[in-house]
Amino acid sequence: MNDPLPYILTIAQAALLLLLAPFMVGWVRLVKARLQNRRGAGPLQPYRDIRKLFAKEAVVAENASWIFRFTPYLVFGVTVLAGAIVPILAVDLPLAPVADVIALVAIFALARFFVALAGLDIGTAFGGMGSSREMTIASLAEPAMLMAIFAASLITQSTSLSTMVAEIHKGVLLKPSFAFALLAFVLIALAENGRIPVDNPATHLELTMIHEAMILEYSGRHLAMIEWAGMMKLMLFSLLGIALFAPWGIAGTPGAGSVALAFGVMAAKLLLVATGLPVLEMGLAKLRLFRVSEFLGVAFLLATLAILSHFILER
Amino acid sequence: MSPVFLAQVVDLLSALVLLLGFGLLAQRRIYALLHLFAWQGLFLAANTAIVAYGAGVRHLYFSALLTLVMKVALIPYILHVLIQRMKIERDVETMVNVPLTLLIGIALVVLSYNVMSPIQEFSTLMTRSTLAIALATVMLGLLMMITRRHAVAQVIGFLAMENGLFFAATSATYGMPMVVELGVALDILIAALIFGVFFFQIRTTFESLDLSKMARLKEDVGE
Amino acid sequence: MIFAPELLASPTPIFLATLAVSLWLAGTLLVPVLARRPVWLIRSAFSLATLGSALAAVGGAWAVAAAGNEAIVLPIGIPELPFHLRLDPLAGFFLVVIGAMGFFTSIYSLGYVRGIAERRPVGGLVLFFLLFLAGMGLVVLADDAFLFLVAWEGMTVSSYFLVVFEHEQTANQKAGFLYLLMAHVGAITILLAFGVMAAFATGLTSFEGYAFDAMRRADIAPGWATAAFLLALFGFGLKAGIVPLHVWLPEAHPVAPSNVSALMSGVMIKMAIYGIIRVTFDLLAAIPWWWGALVLALGLVSALMGVLYALMQHDLKRLLAYHSVENIGIILIGIGLGMTFHAFDLPELAALGLIAGLYHTLNHALFKGLLFLGAGAVQHATHTREMEALGGLIHRMPWTAALFLVGCISISALPPFNGFVSEWLTYQAFLLSPSLPSTLLNILVPIGAAGLALTSALAAACFVKAFGITFLGQPRSRHAQNVSEVGITMRIGMAGLALACLLLGILPATLIDWLDVIPRQFVGAGIAESASSHGWLWLTPIAPERASYSGTIVFLGIGAIIGLTWFALHGRRHRAPRRGPAWDCGFEKMTPRMQYTATSFSMPIRVFFGALFKIRERSSPMHVHRHAAFPERVSYSLHVDDRFWGWIYKPVSDAAFWIARLTTRIQGGRIQVYLIYSFLTILVLLIFGR
Repeated sequence: MNDPLPYILTIAQAALLLLLAPFMVGWVRLVKARLQNRRGAGPLQPYRDIRKLFAKEAVVAENASWIFRFTPYLVFGVTVLAGAIVPILAVDLPLAPVADVIALVAIFALARFFVALAGLDIGTAFGGMGSSREMTIASLAEPAMLMAIFAASLITQSTSLSTMVAEIHKGVLLKPSFAFALLAFVLIALAENGRIPVDNPATHLELTMIHEAMILEYSGRHLAMIEWAGMMKLMLFSLLGIALFAPWGIAGTPGAGSVALAFGVMAAKLLLVATGLPVLEMGLAKLRLFRVSEFLGVAFLLATLAILSHFILER
Repeated sequence: MSPVFLAQVVDLLSALVLLLGFGLLAQRRIYALLHLFAWQGLFLAANTAIVAYGAGVRHLYFSALLTLVMKVALIPYILHVLIQRMKIERDVETMVNVPLTLLIGIALVVLSYNVMSPIQEFSTLMTRSTLAIALATVMLGLLMMITRRHAVAQVIGFLAMENGLFFAATSATYGMPMVVELGVALDILIAALIFGVFFFQIRTTFESLDLSKMARLKEDVGE
Repeated sequence: MIFAPELLASPTPIFLATLAVSLWLAGTLLVPVLARRPVWLIRSAFSLATLGSALAAVGGAWAVAAAGNEAIVLPIGIPELPFHLRLDPLAGFFLVVIGAMGFFTSIYSLGYVRGIAERRPVGGLVLFFLLFLAGMGLVVLADDAFLFLVAWEGMTVSSYFLVVFEHEQTANQKAGFLYLLMAHVGAITILLAFGVMAAFATGLTSFEGYAFDAMRRADIAPGWATAAFLLALFGFGLKAGIVPLHVWLPEAHPVAPSNVSALMSGVMIKMAIYGIIRVTFDLLAAIPWWWGALVLALGLVSALMGVLYALMQHDLKRLLAYHSVENIGIILIGIGLGMTFHAFDLPELAALGLIAGLYHTLNHALFKGLLFLGAGAVQHATHTREMEALGGLIHRMPWTAALFLVGCISISALPPFNGFVSEWLTYQAFLLSPSLPSTLLNILVPIGAAGLALTSALAAACFVKAFGITFLGQPRSRHAQNVSEVGITMRIGMAGLALACLLLGILPATLIDWLDVIPRQFVGAGIAESASSHGWLWLTPIAPERASYSGTIVFLGIGAIIGLTWFALHGRRHRAPRRGPAWDCGFEKMTPRMQYTATSFSMPIRVFFGALFKIRERSSPMHVHRHAAFPERVSYSLHVDDRFWGWIYKPVSDAAFWIARLTTRIQGGRIQVYLIYSFLTILVLLIFGR
């Protein structure tokens, strides 16, 4: 209690998330542009976008209710809070026990619930379309997500992220259950963050939109908060994946040296993810909405196989 | 290399074999099916070779080599040529929808595990835990034959079943006697050739390799 | 005896409980007295009901907190078997459910029933409402099978009259008949289950075996115990609405007045949960593992089918009724896990499963009650339950909308509200499956957890739809246009429940401390020591390294960040957002008809899970110039029906009709023939009955 370092680290984690998430997304866009033989904007472009949106006037539709105006704040708040909970730099920080992995998934679900409501609030066709699709996909992705998490927690006998990280540290490399769970997690992370092949974050065709369709009516600071939260969510999922499946390098005991090392390792791993994501996306085509169930079915299968192989092969 | 590490590698490879069994169930495109099948053979061969090294059973090296030649190279090549020659439709529709098929597959894995767990208790081999996976691979091959209506997919299902049987022999008793194994290898090679002949026959008769068209034969009998 | 003056000076829990039941029963006397003055009747009767409910809740809570186990024997009843009453912690817990819901529903009814009284006489509604409460109270207090069944039937019959309250509508009559029929089939099997247990207690010659205490002492042969369990599970399952015995529920619950729907969905079906726990953990006590697995499997199927069918509904109350099926499933999942762990002698884990089930029982009562009361407010204001005719109500009914939203978040198992806590506990129980000594269960139980995950995710989708279509967007018809907020008592009733939902969500450790005595009584262990080992702020059901959650910090944390963000953005350079027409990608002529409807919202899910529904879809476009690209008008109809009708009920009812038609052969129509039948019957009885 007397040592202030863990508390500083908790705030530092949330601040890091806020500051680095736009860079990560910028990097992803840059790599993607280069892969498509475009020059692309620099990795700092998202910062300029966010600043511009905050400065702009917010326009709200005439019949929007308080839900529409409250949602951006809630989504932003939920995401920042999650940043303080997920072990990014060190484990066992003061806020880490606030939510285990299951609760973390549920907290994200809370944000999605409100975004979907905001999509319905104005009463446009596109908003409803987006909400309906988003909730459908989420309802298929969430069980697969939890199954992947359950596989990891059956191996580590815990759902608390700090304990899981510590257990995985002890060495579970080469376990088939682990490999399957990781694969499943990657597929679901793509779906949850609205990436190809489930949704296309860069699309301008309303009829193919999912996430973008819900937030079409947002502008100004509201849009800035939602976009920023979206960037943080991508980074958080990457961090969650890193924490669950490749936590090596994270600080076990908070100390200046170990935290600096953890920061370096984390940055390197994030950069790797941010480079791998566009490469992966380049190899995929967006799926028809009604084929998404198969994509998520495969993710669910992988997660189930992870659990099965844990019991069949590893006991 | 420590036996624990070897056992881990064996487990991982067998899990991959199982995964590819599911991949075969889910894949719609015919060439991709063929590739998945070849990968399954490859992992099986690698698995057999590692078991041979770990258990020090010499003749398993030969089995591994045989698998490599037959199931990774020869048979996929034959089928590839056949498909090209006959210019078959590339998409193979499944009879039951894919997520449901996968769920049935999962149920089959659980069943296999439950059936095999008493046997596993008695076995002392390093491969004992993969026995359930081998049985599951057989089951998945059979399931694939049931859910597909395309002749080529059926053949691949059949061959995947054979993969499972071979796998089972390796995990249960470190492989069958050499003579049997050679005989089986020869059998499936001949089977592949006979299938090829059948493909041509079916195609010339029905102008398609969709086996659901064979239902027409029944009406002829009725008349 | 109950009203002895010395008891008033130092009351005990069971005294408060019996006093509550007496107050409810006494309230019925007001109905004939004040029949001419409905306003007075409503005020006095529902105030009395509120008071009685408060007493019941306090008595129950006290019994749980003090781990009391008091029994009294009433001087009335049948020979050899006077009425036994007992208030142990389990009964106390369910009494709290009844009392809490009765309390808020009665306050709500003060305003709600007055709205009905403008249209029709409400004497019957008041009478049966009170009898209904009293029946439920006696069900949990009963300590012998006879009183239990009397109370059970009282509860059923009074709720039947409440279902058919608006009896001039055929739908209500049909629903009521179906309900009564199925409830009686259930009552018969419950009676048989008690009969089996009583037979082992004292034999069939005496009634004394029907006392629960005798059954507890009885040594029941395993085969007969299984028979009793299956009979009881069937009977209680009918009342609870377990799939496939659920078909009456979505018919009967929506057509009752909304305050009654809230009690039926929130409390009455919980009486069946009470019955299952009482019979398995208490009366039969020795539980084989497969009972637990069966309950778990039934729970999973109910949860999934319930939510999938709910998604297909566009009648707000029907949708909620199907969600009751879902939540009963979730409760049974927890209890089934508890039974399974108990069978393998893992007391702490069994306690976790049982607590998860009980916690969800209380949660479901609160949020489902809240949602039904909210739906009642909507119906009160708009005179329709049809979601396709609603929309935009949040602007006209802000209070109802906000409170309904709390219910939606709670039932969707989203933090920081209460539904999440109990589902989280259930997940934790699921993840303890490696402790089970059976390899098959090891594998299957985590896969069952995926079923629960799918259920809660689908529930979230369903409540985005329920709230979004009803309260958001623009009015879809004139029903939703000129409405006004409901009265203050209705809002207070809903607000109390909403507050309870939040409190149970952020103070779980405290609640588990209180609840812990119930598993201690039945499985011999509790989880309170570990669950609240780090104080009231942290919920750590097994150990802090294993899993932890703090609803309070989630709630305050999100609130704090929202507050900070808001202040940061509303500083010096703040400009209020400008209101303008909706952008809609530049489309100008937006009309309410372009909005997504309830049916279109759930269309993707209908496609993905199509095989589970019986779908009849017809769309007939009329083309201009006979060209497929230019439809002039499209008429579209869609019917999504319950498959279980065709699978189970249709054959049964067909068989019943067939048998009935066979019996018409002996119907001759001549009086002499009937006399011969009677004569023959008498002769047969005389010969064989000597």
